[in-house]
Amino acid sequence: MDIGEAIEATSGQDVAVGTEQYLTFIMADEEYGVDILRVQEIKGWDTATPLPNTPTYVKGVINLRGTIVPIIDLRQRFGLDTVPYGPTTVVIVLKVLGEIGQRIVGIVVDAVSEVYNVSTDDLKTAPDFGSSVTTDVVKGLATVEEKMIIVLDVDQLLKDSELVIDTEPHSDAL
Amino acid sequence: MSFDLTQFLQTFYEESFEGLDAMESALLNLDVGDTDSETINTIFRAAHSIKGGSATFGLGQVGEFTHGLETLLDQMRDGRRSVDQQAVDLLLRSVDCLREILTALKDSKDFDAERVAEVGKKIEAALGVEDTATPVPPNDVAATEGAASIIAAKGWEISFRPHVHLFRTGNDPVRMFRELESMGALSVVVDTAALPPFANLDPEESYLAWGLTLEGDITKTQVEEVFEWVEGDCDLTIEPMAVDETVELEAAPGVETQAVQEKASTPTAEAENGGLPGSAETVSEQTVVETKHSSPALTSVAHPVDERQEQRRGDDDRRQSTKSADSGSIRVGITKVDALINMVGELVITQSMLNQLGEDFDMSRLAKLQEGLTQLERNTRELQESVMQIRMLPISFAFNRFPRMVHDLSQKFGKKVELRLSGEQTELDKTVMEKIGDPLVHLVRNSLDHGLETPEARRELGKPETGLLHLNAYHQGGNIVIEISDDGAGLNKERILAKAIERGLVSEDENLSDERIYELIFQAGFSTAEAVSDISGRGVGMDVVRRNIKDLGGTIDVTSLDGRGTTFTIRLPLTLAILDGQLVRIGEETYIIPLVSIVESLQIRSENVNIITGKSEVYQLRDNYLPIVRLYALFDQVPDNTVLENGLLVVVEGEGQRVGLFVDDLLGQQQVVIKSLETNYQRVEGVSGATILGDGTVALILDIGGLITCSRRHYGNLENTKWASAKRTAAA
Repeated sequence: MDIGEAIEATSGQDVAVGTEQYLTFIMADEEYGVDILRVQEIKGWDTATPLPNTPTYVKGVINLRGTIVPIIDLRQRFGLDTVPYGPTTVVIVLKVLGEIGQRIVGIVVDAVSEVYNVSTDDLKTAPDFGSSVTTDVVKGLATVEEKMIIVLDVDQLLKDSELVIDTEPHSDAL
Repeated sequence: MSFDLTQFLQTFYEESFEGLDAMESALLNLDVGDTDSETINTIFRAAHSIKGGSATFGLGQVGEFTHGLETLLDQMRDGRRSVDQQAVDLLLRSVDCLREILTALKDSKDFDAERVAEVGKKIEAALGVEDTATPVPPNDVAATEGAASIIAAKGWEISFRPHVHLFRTGNDPVRMFRELESMGALSVVVDTAALPPFANLDPEESYLAWGLTLEGDITKTQVEEVFEWVEGDCDLTIEPMAVDETVELEAAPGVETQAVQEKASTPTAEAENGGLPGSAETVSEQTVVETKHSSPALTSVAHPVDERQEQRRGDDDRRQSTKSADSGSIRVGITKVDALINMVGELVITQSMLNQLGEDFDMSRLAKLQEGLTQLERNTRELQESVMQIRMLPISFAFNRFPRMVHDLSQKFGKKVELRLSGEQTELDKTVMEKIGDPLVHLVRNSLDHGLETPEARRELGKPETGLLHLNAYHQGGNIVIEISDDGAGLNKERILAKAIERGLVSEDENLSDERIYELIFQAGFSTAEAVSDISGRGVGMDVVRRNIKDLGGTIDVTSLDGRGTTFTIRLPLTLAILDGQLVRIGEETYIIPLVSIVESLQIRSENVNIITGKSEVYQLRDNYLPIVRLYALFDQVPDNTVLENGLLVVVEGEGQRVGLFVDDLLGQQQVVIKSLETNYQRVEGVSGATILGDGTVALILDIGGLITCSRRHYGNLENTKWASAKRTAAA
């Protein structure tokens, strides 16, 4: 929370109006971006305690200074090929705003890349891929230094219902 | 006075609500007909302090309302009014009213003024009936509110004739006149008749006399205060300006001085006297009463024992009052805090000892280090226990609302009910307490509505007319057990079953045990009440009750005897924050089983294992057959081994059922701090939470009840899973 807030506090002055800062990371050779104000911290990958009866992309939970934080493997979430975690593998801890308020969720990505300023005008809506699952989590596409960055909507990406197995009737469980 | 009182307002509200609680419980304790003066005193004191406080904070409505109430109570206390059911009901209603006003004021909302006025009128009416004397306007209200109605008309005529030695007493008439002038329009006529010829004049003596007319809204007391210092040194008369037919006491100046002295302490009675054609008797009586009011010290001297009880009760009430909506604060007994400070002190000592040891450590001092660590462990544990203690409240806090509720409801239903409370001092966690209140209310209502019969029906059945409702609480192991039992009709098995079949919850040919039938009442939308009353019968109750209790990690059971009564037993964990756990290992993962759910752990003997229809494994433990739950399969983990004989079986109990959990190893027992998974994730089936182990890793705490439900389903559709086929292969 601290990093995010610190950025939040200063960003007002540093960043021009109409510009947003994005933290980008690499996954399967593509560069993805998330709103930097949503990033709480970045930490190296460490084993997580697996949770039973959860989707495979939920790697489990970790102890983040006394808080239990769930970890999502973004590759598996997007249905990409899994690769063994290496030295550059990091966990980006994000603040997610959902119906029940703010939650902290970590995502596992191949590597972190840069922080870019992207003006809101440069953020193009992603083309409609039809029924493709992942489009609603893409906030838009931005071109920075002749590269395309896929900007993700953190709240959509990690909303509550996405983290459950919906094949099981949960209502009668408890 | 521009003194900021708002900072005390919160305290005032808190204390007022406590007072109201105390009044309520005392009212309910009041035996009709037999006036126990101590009980009335308790009620009276509570009302009085609310009134006083409200006047201080300028909450006029509260003051006015309480005032009537107080007068009524005062008469009861003096035995001038009998304590009948009607009066008690009226007082109870007034308490409700006051609570409503105060709540509204606290939340800066409007209250139902009409209802308040109505109750106020009822009080007045009650006062009018038996009361000969007009209510005594108490000084604090009069002083703060200005109490316009009781102040004598337009002004005062004062005749002030100082004795010659006035100046020698250090008094200066001019100063006094100036003070009078500050109160209202003052006109002064000097009488120089006594002035000696200039030659004989002693400048240090006073020869003048004055006639003063003071106009304005001033009480006699205020005027008297001005002349307070010269009382003995002058002839003074103070008369109302309005021409009163009645000859006041002040008529004779000599007597007046005397009277002033006497009445200085009872200013309101005096003010009253100014406006009313007073009977001397009433005045003096009120004077006595008033003195009693205004000196609580006197009362406390007179009833030291009662005061102590009051204090004790006050303590409880205070704790109880913390339940009120905004549970942001908690009142803690000073002893608990002292204990904490002591422990922290010890912890600091231990820490510095270890520090010293660590500075130049060599192996020769290992024993010392170990000793220090043991001490540290002890300190930490004690500290933890004390901190938990702070959150613990006696359950009377939750029980307290029931006497009133039972009182009201039993009247409504025309039933005679005796409410018996026991184990009220049983302590449990504040959070649990807050959440258990509503389910308890529901169960008590149900018992009153459905359980207990009418007096007539009871008589026919040969039972005493008065039904018994018993709330009991006690500790059992790491749980608190709350029982709600009645000696009513008991649950009607046939009707429940019929209803369940009608609703399609069970099939007609199913043969259910009594227990299973009773369980049905916890189903959503299940109510056998023939008529839906506003109390119960809508069938939304019991399932909510069970869910709330389950959310707290507790269970609810029901036992019933036809015609003999029903008992609901609620089991709750003492606290939601810490749990005694057994650490077990499956493969590389550590799981925690709540110690309370463990029955025993044992090594598996293959001859006791049977496989039913090739699917479900059961273990024969003495006379019982336990289903074996392979945890690794349920949790999709890689275990050390899948051969039952090489692992251990932990027999656990949940959902009223026993199962054997197959684990790789038992690690140890420890207290774990429960961390919610739902904070950042959500509920996971079979897991009640997580904790952080000593090495910083996260371990999951198993929810035995959920696990059993989960395993039933798991084994139910196991047929096609790979684990089943693997098992079949293994078995082959």
